[in-house]
Order: sequence, then C-alpha cells, then structure tokens
Amino acid sequence: MCSFIKGSSFLFDHVYVTSCATVAGPMEKRGPLQGYFDQCFDDLYCGEKSFELAERRMAKRAVLHCLEKANQKMDDIDIYLGGDLLNQIVTSNYLARDFMRPFLGMYGACSTSALTLGTASCLVEGGLVNQALAFTSSHNATAERQYRYPVEYGIQKCETTTFTATGAAAIIVSNQKSDIRVEAVTFGRVIDLEQKDPNDMGKAMAPAAYDTLKTHFKDLNRSFEDYDLIVTGDLSKYGKQILTAMFEEEGQKVTHYDDCGCLLYHESQPIFQGGSGCACSALVTYGYLLEQLRQGKYHRILLVATGALLSPVMTMQKETIPCIAHAISLEAVTS
Amino acid sequence: MMNYILSFVFCGAVCVIAQLIYEYTTLTPGHITSLFVCIGSFLDLFHFYDRLIEWFHAGAMVPITSFGHSLMHGAMKQAEEFGILGIAMGMFDLTAAGITCAILFAFLVAIFFKPKS
Amino acid sequence: MDKKTYERIAKQKKPKKYVLKHSLYAFISGGIIGAIAQGILDILMNYFDFSQEKAVPVMSMTLVVAACILTGLGWYDKLADKAGAGMFIPITGFANSMTSSALESKSEGLVLGIGSNMFKLGGTVITFGIVSSFILGVIRYVFLH
Repeated sequence: MCSFIKGSSFLFDHVYVTSCATVAGPMEKRGPLQGYFDQCFDDLYCGEKSFELAERRMAKRAVLHCLEKANQKMDDIDIYLGGDLLNQIVTSNYLARDFMRPFLGMYGACSTSALTLGTASCLVEGGLVNQALAFTSSHNATAERQYRYPVEYGIQKCETTTFTATGAAAIIVSNQKSDIRVEAVTFGRVIDLEQKDPNDMGKAMAPAAYDTLKTHFKDLNRSFEDYDLIVTGDLSKYGKQILTAMFEEEGQKVTHYDDCGCLLYHESQPIFQGGSGCACSALVTYGYLLEQLRQGKYHRILLVATGALLSPVMTMQKETIPCIAHAISLEAVTS
Repeated sequence: MMNYILSFVFCGAVCVIAQLIYEYTTLTPGHITSLFVCIGSFLDLFHFYDRLIEWFHAGAMVPITSFGHSLMHGAMKQAEEFGILGIAMGMFDLTAAGITCAILFAFLVAIFFKPKS
Repeated sequence: MDKKTYERIAKQKKPKKYVLKHSLYAFISGGIIGAIAQGILDILMNYFDFSQEKAVPVMSMTLVVAACILTGLGWYDKLADKAGAGMFIPITGFANSMTSSALESKSEGLVLGIGSNMFKLGGTVITFGIVSSFILGVIRYVFLH
C-alpha cells in the first residue's frame, strides 16, 4: 500500500483532502489573502478573556468550520492530530477535551502544520483510519510572551525578526476521492548549523529547508521543475534569499519558489522580515494554495514547513538552535 | 535654556551609546541596562557622577546610570554615620521614591488595564 | 553544507541595519525625555519652591508614573519600537519593564501573576545596581578609613 521510497519519503496513492478551514486574526485580515479565510477576528482577544483562550477559540472555530464543510460530526473523525507553539501544546491538548475521540498531540514548532498533515496522511494511506483531522494554531501575543518578551515591553525589534501569525487552520484527509490529494511526504531531519540568534529564525531554519528539499528531490528523483509552486513555511524574506542562494551556490536554478511568510502579508505591514508560526504556513496553504489547486491554477505544489525547535531556556543556556522541515506535496486530481 | 540643551544632549548621548551596543552586539536591553547601572555606581566611586549632574542637570539624572549612582550615594551617606553597616542601611535612601512609585503604579496599571498587542 | 560556507552565503543576503537612523531616533527621544525632566525640575523649583533634594525624587516619580500609564494604554511599546535605546535607558524604561511584566501575568491572578512576575525583566537592574554599589561602596569605605 504505502510505497516507501528509499530515504525518508513516502508516496501516497489514495489520500485525499476532504475539506479544510482557516481562521485568521486582525493582522492577517488586512493582508492580501483576506478573501480566502473562512473567518476573521478583528480583535486579538477574539472576545475571550486572555490571549491563550483566544487562540483556543480560533482553533476550535477552525475545526468546527472544517467539520461543517465536510458534513461530518465530531464523532465521525477517526483520529485528531494537532499541535501549536505553546508549552505542553496547551491549545491543542485543552481543545482536544471536546473531541471525545483519539487525539495525537504533536510538536514541531512552526512545522507542525506539515507534521500533523503528514502523519494523518500516513495513517490514512496505511488503511489504519478512514479519515483524520489535522489542525494547528498560533497566536502572536501568546507566542511573543513565551518565546520573547511581554507584548507591552518597549523594545526595538531586530531587523531579522519575524512576526508570529495569528490564526488557526484545520484539514480533513480521508480515503474518499476528492479534488485534491496528498501525493507525497518527506519527513525532515533535525539540522543544526550552530545558529544562536533567536531573533533570526530565517537564517537558523534555511539549512533545514534546504536539507529536506534536497532529500525530497533525491528520493523522488524530482527537481524544482516538477512543481508549479514550492513554498517554505516561514523562512521570511531573509531566509528565502538564503535558501535561493544556497541552491544557486551549487548551480541549481530556483524557480516557482516563494515563502508563506511573505505571501501572508503586504510588504507595507509592520511585520519585519515576514510572518512565522504554525498558522503562517497553515493559513497560506490550507486557505489560499488549496483553493488555487481546486481552481486549476496550479497542478502540483510542495509545502516545506520549517520549524525552529528552540526553547527560551535552552537559548539562555547558550545552546544552538536545532531546526526541522517537513515537505508535503499536494496535487489536484484530474479525472 | 542652556540647561535644557545640556540635558537633551547628555541624555541623548547616553541613549546613543546604548543603541550602538544594542545594534552591534547580541546583548539584550536587560544586559545593557544592568551594565549601565554598574557603570553609574562605578562613576560615583570617585564622585565623578556628581560632577556630571552639576554639568548636565536633569540630563544626568534620567538615564538608568543615575540609578546606580543614587544607590551608591545613599549607601555612602549612611556609611559615614554608621560605618560599614550603613552601606546596607542607606542603599535605597535616594531611589526609594522611584522604586515605590514604579511598583505601585505597575500594580495599579496591571489591575486596570489589559495588554493590547 | 558546512557552517563556514553557510555563514558566507547568509552574510551576503543579510538585511540592512539602520544604525544611523536608529541612533538618531534614540538620541532625539532620549534627549526629549532629558529635557522634559529638566522642565519638571524647573517647574517644581521655581513655582512650588521645592528644594533640589526634594524636587529630584518627585521628578523621577512623575516620569515613572507617566511611563506606567503609557504602557497601560499600549503606546509605550509602539514608541519604543521607533526609539529603541532612547526609551529603555531612561528611568521610564525601568517602569515600562515592570508594568509590562505585571500586565502580562495578570491572567494568572494577583499573587502568582502580578505579584511574583513584576520583577521578571526589571529585577536585573535592581540586582546589579545593589551588588555593584555594595561592592564599590565597601571598597570606597575601606580606602577612606
């Protein structure tokens, strides 16, 4: 069934995207992709008492929208997979109380979107479950609090900083045929090129994206040409340039390449180098890119979601930042 | 008028030094303010910071360096009276107003406001 | 790819630093706070007949209160994003660090939230101020006596 190609990639035959839903925050609402989100909140609190509750509410809305679109009830889903950026992945774990179904909590920092979707696809392809729901969320204020400083602390952001996207996204994959299928997955290795600056995620994560892309191309014998669009999760403007330069360094031409962090916002918004966070790649891919696949603008796209697996404590103990990237290939089904 | 210009220039200059440290090193604002407090108390070792206040007036009282200077100053004043124990007794003499105020208002603001964004 | 090659590639693409602009903003904003402080001192001493000894603490209290309120309103971090060191080096930055930590921990309650987290960022200034002042104070005391 599941065809295991040498290396770390899987090819899938019958994993289809049943439905997907996205919920975005205020800053994302003002971005260029506004029309592609199912729901937008105008306020970072989303009508809740704290930012943590606001994030959970967004995640819940995304899951409910997704179920509604697929015409499913909560009990119909065989297994839920979710993750977010907070300690003990509290948003997903606490939200999972409502599901009353098996739940796998996963942490891959900003690569969680591809990690959950990839694992869900493996479960479906293996015939272990009929349909699985993968969701992820991030919130600017909660992430800022956990990884950086209090939101009201007066500090000048470095020019290499990225802006954590506020939003949540959910996707259902099943073995029932639909118009989009998950075609292949490459799970990445943890790469650490001894980067230490927690304010420079693009530079820290670019080698991980590079490694996963190389592995993906080698395993499946493909190149940039085989995809209509390749997006990285949240390398931001700087990381995007580094990744391009890395491929050019060895004489490979980079085409059809962009970054979710750059797609999610207008250049004029105060987001420094670009968006980041689990929601960044999830909002762009599940919201915007899947719609493009449906409309036939693209035939096959590759999402390389990158994650920096750092913790503030380890950074303060002068540890370097380990990074990971997972690649997922999505394809429009032509009947 | 001269006082205002002197205050402006000195306070601005201290901030520029801090800004340059911030830009060219990986030190965080926490590191830099701690460093400046230590520098402030060190400058008071030879009463140099008192000169600065005479020359630049409020400009020298506002940067965080003056916090170190005030701590040191209060401590030394009590030390003259009570000996070495006075250093501990007088440490907060001059800065007490600022710290009390900061704690009180931080508490009140935290109760009445919400973090925005 | 080894680290050396990577650092070389990354360095070519490094985003531009705006050191001159940031320094200028820091100078102006720091300077303005210094001038405001001078203004408060002058008003206190000329119109309210405060002695210098009494006027200085009142001046720093005024600045601290103003910074706390600006933080509560959510303006301080916006100003500081432009001004950089111009906003964290003056005493107002100390007030901001305490208020912002307290505000953020509000959701954890009065004691474990606001009470215990208030000094999370600002505490380092007090710690190092006291330790360095104590050591230097002892040195000076020993030399003078």
